[in-house]
Amino acid sequence: MASTAAVATARVKTRNSQTGDNIARLIVLVFAVSLLVITGLLVIELYIRAAPAREKLGWGFLGSTAWNPVTEEFGALPFLYGTVVTSLVGMLISVPLGVGAAMFLSELAPAKISNALTFVIELLAAIPSVIYGLLAIFTLVPLMRLYVEPFLKSLLGFLPLFRGPAFGVGYLTAGVVLAIMTIPFVISVSREALLAVPREQREAALALGATRWETTWQIVVPYAKLGIVGAVFLGLARALGETMAVTMVIGNSPTVKASLLAPGYTIAAVIANEFAEAGGRIHPAALVELGLVLFGLTIVINGAARLMIIATTKKGSKR
Amino acid sequence: MITLRQWRKIVNAVMLTLTGVSTVLTVSVLFIILGLLLYKGASSLSWNFFTKLPVPTGETGGGMANAIVGSLQIVGLAGLIGIPIGFLAGVYLSEYEGKQFASFVRYVADLLNGVPSIIVGILAWTLVVLPMKSNSAMAGAIALSVMLIPIVTRQTEQFLREVPLALREGALALGASKWQTIATVVVPAGSKGVLTGMILGVARIAGESAPLIFTAGFNQYWGGMREPTASLPVMIYTRAISPFDDWHQQAWAAGLVLIALVLTANILARLVLAKGISVPRG
Repeated sequence: MASTAAVATARVKTRNSQTGDNIARLIVLVFAVSLLVITGLLVIELYIRAAPAREKLGWGFLGSTAWNPVTEEFGALPFLYGTVVTSLVGMLISVPLGVGAAMFLSELAPAKISNALTFVIELLAAIPSVIYGLLAIFTLVPLMRLYVEPFLKSLLGFLPLFRGPAFGVGYLTAGVVLAIMTIPFVISVSREALLAVPREQREAALALGATRWETTWQIVVPYAKLGIVGAVFLGLARALGETMAVTMVIGNSPTVKASLLAPGYTIAAVIANEFAEAGGRIHPAALVELGLVLFGLTIVINGAARLMIIATTKKGSKR
Repeated sequence: MITLRQWRKIVNAVMLTLTGVSTVLTVSVLFIILGLLLYKGASSLSWNFFTKLPVPTGETGGGMANAIVGSLQIVGLAGLIGIPIGFLAGVYLSEYEGKQFASFVRYVADLLNGVPSIIVGILAWTLVVLPMKSNSAMAGAIALSVMLIPIVTRQTEQFLREVPLALREGALALGASKWQTIATVVVPAGSKGVLTGMILGVARIAGESAPLIFTAGFNQYWGGMREPTASLPVMIYTRAISPFDDWHQQAWAAGLVLIALVLTANILARLVLAKGISVPRG
C-alpha cells in the first residue's frame, strides 16, 4: 500500500515539475518574444508617424535640399549627405588606426600588455557621447579652427574639399570626433577576428621565412578579412547614428557643401535639435521620416556586419 | 643599394612600429579625456553642486541636484523595467535554444542594440509623451529601458552559456526538472557574470542623452515620474552649448561627475566582479 502511495506522489511530483517546466518555458519565451515586439513596434510607429510627410512630400523628399519649417518645405538631402560624409571621414581615420592597433594587440604585444591595453580601449568605448561632445566643443573645435584647418587649406587648398573659411565646426570636425568614438569598436571587433585565426597559419608563414609583418599582412589579415570588414561596418553603423557629439560640432546648417570645412547637418542632429519644438503636422512627420531613413541605413549595415562577424568567428579556432 | 632582404626588414620594422603608434595614440585618448575633465571640472565642483538647484547665469552658488536625482530616477526605473525583461529573454536564448527561432531572436536583439539612440527616443515619445501630453521621467525611463533590454539579454545569454554543461547534467541526473536546474544551478553559477553584464548595461544607458532630450525633457526644478525631469547628460548638453562661461564651468563639473560614475561602474564590474571572466562587448 505504502509503495503505491509513494509511486502516486512521485507521479504527481513529475507532473507538477513538468507543468512547472512548461510554465517556466512559456514565461521566458514571452520575454524573448517581447524583443521582437519592441523592434516591430519601433518600425511600425516610425512608419505611421512619418505618414503625413510621406503623403505630402513623396519620394521627392529624399532628393530635395529645401528645409524650411515655416513654409513647410522639407528635403532630406542635406542631412543624408552630412550623415554619410561625416561617417566616411570618421571611418577613413578610424579604420587604418583601429586595424593597425588591433594587429599590434593580437600579433605583437605580449598577452598581459595586450589585455591591459584592451581594457583601456573598452573603457574608451564606455565614455558617454555627450562627454565627447563637451570636449570637442571646447578643445577640438578651436584646435581645428586655428591650426588644423588653415594647415589643410595651405597644403591641399587646390582641392574643392578644403576651401572656404575655417569655422572649426563642420563636416571635418564631426568626422574626427566620430573617428575617435568608433576606434574602440573597430579595435575590439577586429582584434577578436585576428585572434580567431589559427596559430598554424602564422607558424607556417614564419617557417617559410616571411617577416612578422608579411605574416600579419599577407596571411593573418586575409584570413580574418570578413571579421575585419564586419568590424568596419559595425563602426560605420555607430557613426551614422551617433547623435550628441556630432550635434555639438557639426554647425547645424542644412546645406550641401563640397568643402569638408563647411558647417553641415546630420539626420540624428536635426532630430535632436528640432523634434522637441516641431509644430504642425508635417514638420514632426518629416523628422520621423528622416529617422526612418536613418533606421533603415543602420539596420542594413548592422545586419550585414553581424552576419560577417558570425561567419568568421565560426570558422576559426579561438586562441 | 638596398637588397630585397634589407628592404623587407625595413618594411617589417616600419609597419610594426606604426601598429604600435596607432595603439599608443588610441590609448592616450582616454588619458587626455580624463586629464582635461579633471583639469577643467574639478575647480567647479563643490558641495553646492550636489545639493543646490541650478541658478540663472550670472548668479553664483547653483548646483545640479535636480539633474543628479533626475538621472537616478530615470536610470533606476529603466533598470527596473529593462533588467528583468532582458534577463529572462537571455535565459531563453541560453537555455531553451536549439531552434532557428532562438537565433532569429538573437539577431534581432543585436539589431535593436544597434538602433541609434535618438530613434529609440522617438519611439518613447510616440508611446509615452504623446498620450501623456507632457515630458516625464517615465518616458525617459521607457526610452532607456528599450536600449537596456538587448544589452542585458545578450550579456546574460553569453555568461550563462559559459556555465559548464556538466553542472546542468548533474542537476538533471539528481532528478531536478529543467527550470529547477536553471533556477538553482545555472543562474547561481553564472551570477557573477550576469551581474557584471547588468552593471555595464546600466552604466551605458546612464550616459545617454539623445533619447532623453524629448522624452524626459528638461526642468529647472525637481522633476517627477509624470513631469519633465532634468538629467545629468542632458544638463551637460544644454550647458555646453549655451553662450555663458559660468554655465560652461558647470558643464565641465557635470561631465567629471558623470564620467566618474560611468568609469567607476565599468572598472568595478570588469576588474572586481568579473575577475578572470572575459566580458563581451555590449
